[in-house]
Amino acid sequence: MTARISITVEVNGERVDAQVLPRLNLADFLREHLQLTGTHVGCEHGVCGACTVRVDGDIVRSCLMLAVQTHNASVQTIEGLSDSGEIADLQTAFRDRNALQCGFCTPGMLMAAQDLLKQQPEPDREQIRQHLSGNYCRCTGYQAIVDAIETTARVRMGGRP
Amino acid sequence: MTIATASPQALSELDRPNSYIGKTVPRPNLDRLMQGRGLYVSDIELPRMAHVVFLRSPHAHAKIVSIDAAAAKRMPGIIAVVTGKELAAVITPWVGVLTHLKGLKSAPQHAIAIDRVCWQGEAVAAIVATSRDVAEDAAEAVRVEYQELEAVTDMRTALDSATPVIHPALGDNLAFERNLDAGAVNAAFADADEVAEAEFIFGRHTGVTLEPRAVVADWNAAEARLTIYQGTQAPHMVQNIAALHLGLRESQVRVVCKDVGGSFGIKVHIYADEMAVYALSKLLRRPIKFVADRVESFNTDIHARDHRCKGKIGVKRDGTITAFEIDDLTGIGPYSMYPRTSAIEANQVVNLVGGPYTTKNYRARARVVFQNKNVMCQYRAVGHPIACSVTEGLVDLAAAKIGMDPVKIRRRNLIADDAYPCASPSGLRFELLSHHAAMNRLMAMMDYESLRAEQAALRKKNIHRGIGIASFIEVTNPSAAFYGVGGARISSQDGVAVRLDAQGAVICQTSITEQGQGSESLTAQIVGSVLGVSMERVRVILGDTDNTPYGGGTWASRGAGIGGEAALQAAKILRRNILDVAAAILQTSPGELDLAGNAVVNAGDGAPRIELNELARVVYFRPDTLPPGIQPELMATRHFVPREYPFAFTNGVQASWLEVDPDTGIVRLLKHWVVEDCGTLINPQLVDEQIRGGVVQGLGAALFEKCVYDERGQLTNANMADYLVPMSGEMPDIDVGHVVSPTSETELGAKGAGEAGTAGAAAAVANAVNDALRPFGAVITEIPLTPQVILTALGRI
Repeated sequence: MTARISITVEVNGERVDAQVLPRLNLADFLREHLQLTGTHVGCEHGVCGACTVRVDGDIVRSCLMLAVQTHNASVQTIEGLSDSGEIADLQTAFRDRNALQCGFCTPGMLMAAQDLLKQQPEPDREQIRQHLSGNYCRCTGYQAIVDAIETTARVRMGGRP
Repeated sequence: MTIATASPQALSELDRPNSYIGKTVPRPNLDRLMQGRGLYVSDIELPRMAHVVFLRSPHAHAKIVSIDAAAAKRMPGIIAVVTGKELAAVITPWVGVLTHLKGLKSAPQHAIAIDRVCWQGEAVAAIVATSRDVAEDAAEAVRVEYQELEAVTDMRTALDSATPVIHPALGDNLAFERNLDAGAVNAAFADADEVAEAEFIFGRHTGVTLEPRAVVADWNAAEARLTIYQGTQAPHMVQNIAALHLGLRESQVRVVCKDVGGSFGIKVHIYADEMAVYALSKLLRRPIKFVADRVESFNTDIHARDHRCKGKIGVKRDGTITAFEIDDLTGIGPYSMYPRTSAIEANQVVNLVGGPYTTKNYRARARVVFQNKNVMCQYRAVGHPIACSVTEGLVDLAAAKIGMDPVKIRRRNLIADDAYPCASPSGLRFELLSHHAAMNRLMAMMDYESLRAEQAALRKKNIHRGIGIASFIEVTNPSAAFYGVGGARISSQDGVAVRLDAQGAVICQTSITEQGQGSESLTAQIVGSVLGVSMERVRVILGDTDNTPYGGGTWASRGAGIGGEAALQAAKILRRNILDVAAAILQTSPGELDLAGNAVVNAGDGAPRIELNELARVVYFRPDTLPPGIQPELMATRHFVPREYPFAFTNGVQASWLEVDPDTGIVRLLKHWVVEDCGTLINPQLVDEQIRGGVVQGLGAALFEKCVYDERGQLTNANMADYLVPMSGEMPDIDVGHVVSPTSETELGAKGAGEAGTAGAAAAVANAVNDALRPFGAVITEIPLTPQVILTALGRI
């Protein structure tokens, strides 16, 4: 353990100044320091994807990134994406298709899904499955999630749900 | 049994034009979870809350010689370091036995080990600190001296005289044995034209809930009351057990269960470390939070399924199965789990083998032995995947012996759809099942004949695809026969209270719990349908022993069938009470009135008479305007428990279509089908998603999941990178179909659906792999079907 380090980071559009230990990971910083508990911690070793957030536009595993690495960066969490309305259609599709059960993986799943749809507006089912293959869901069996993302992509391209 | 719905008379309150029953509607309150605004236990923070980290044994079996926590206690932020002996001052040990499992024995287990550890991962000390990271640092400074003891790790030799006895006071390592001999088994085998035998091996695996187990326990010394925040499936069970072992009355313990990040049976038990957290809060007089990390989860969440089951089947040339026989062996770790015990899975295997079929000749032995590995206990579909894999594996072996198609042999032996009620050789009573209708539906869905043709064509091109079929039965809606009769204070009845609020909306308190299955939705759908109230006006409260009726919770596929029926009956009483008041206000008779569209309407023409909002205003604020002698009761409570049948059995059939690469041993799942019969479908989408999720957990067991222990009892893959689970890339689309045979025991007619998927998935996959490998002459009866297992069977490694 060493001394705390000052960081300035933009979180969901708000400037945050904090003093953090160098070993503090981003997930714990978001959850414990900023009470942004929508970012979930499932494995703490970068496998399950529940802690997925966006840093400077790219999705990252916040359990594998240190808080100090986000100095001068912009971080977006599920709370931010929800409030901005950016993924409102995706959330509606998830609700209508029951693409979540316990909901613990869902914030990370939505982050990964939105990332895919930004890169590839018309993914086929196989591409959706591949893109989500780092996000672990124990409840749904994935099919409903794939359906919901497929529907969202179709609607965004001007199709019908 | 019909494909449509049951008699409209029986479902009058539910089978109405505006009914939600049988409709796919979105679950209420999903926005909370999708926006990251849920409240899981790991999110909870309380004033003065401290964090506990457990120091755990690195050895599978060792004597604790000494614990030196002096250095740890001096570290900044450390509140206490507590050993098992110290904690025993506030919490008593327990023994995980039940009287209806005759002969089941276990040893006293402590919240934290005293003197001896019996599995790698058992807690030896609790480090309580102002934060978790500080506690973890201090854990490294606690010095424990162990004297390693020989570990009992192989269940096959656990009963040998040369093997040490883990608990000498018990005399041997046998926890439980059950024998069953029904019909005339020897004669039936003698009568058979062919007999097939195999040993079926099942990998030990675990539930891997994405949210690890977590508890916040808050002992308020001034109130002398303990509040436990825990993601449990059974809050009243936790209340009872916590009170019992802390020397409290149940009224001094409140259990609150908010959002739960996956459960699947993992969170229906009470773990030693959770007991320790309750006790630590009482000892230290402040809130204590425990959140397991992933390594702890793998080492301490219950494991399941570690079985080796020898099976034998007799069959006549015409396909008639003459007998089944099994000899099952399972290792459960060093203690029988508390309070549900670790004998239930083996007991279920004995109960369920051969269950779909007509033969009355069945012999079974099951032995449950202790080992120095993590505890095993009930996980989703308890015993079913083993019974189903053994039964369906044997049926396929029998079919192969006589050269009969797997579907044909099943049709020849499945209990006829008009043979009910009837009973199995093990004494299970079946009210109404639909094996043949389910099989017919499956054949149509998968286009079996075309698939066989495709398989044959591809085989010529050296592409090896297989079709696997597995019929199954599932235990749902358990009565007191499951636990209550054995002395466990685990309620089999559930209660629901429904009331009309002052604006005509409905508040509903239920004792079933929600872990994502849709308990909240099905309750709101039933209540809304009976009361003619739109679902968004129904608020469902669950998961709080202070604020719900007493009941069992959600496990063993009981929420919809039992809690749903209680909701229906409570809502019917409230409906009657509302109509009585309305009739008084409108000066008519209740029979002339109905409820629809959030209003009292004319029964005849549906014309609105008075809004529920207005009726509630009159009742609550202007009761002086009601006729004399009218005392409205806008709240009603009803409880329900099945009494006629100990369990409401469901049935179904699954099929797998897959491809095996004989060079790499990799199995590619192409498609999976399920037809199941859970009686009345309250919300078809939720049922389908329970089936799909259950299937995928079964597919995990079939192909990937295994807790790999070495011979010293060390779990070698206790992390998510090495313990493989199904991910989206490997999973197939799953088609789900239904046959509907409502249970007559309830007005609702619903049976459970939560475990059917898991029950038969692995059996279907294993049969499909063997079907694919038929040209190679290989037969595999072991799961998970890893590339190593397949290549070994093919003689390639």
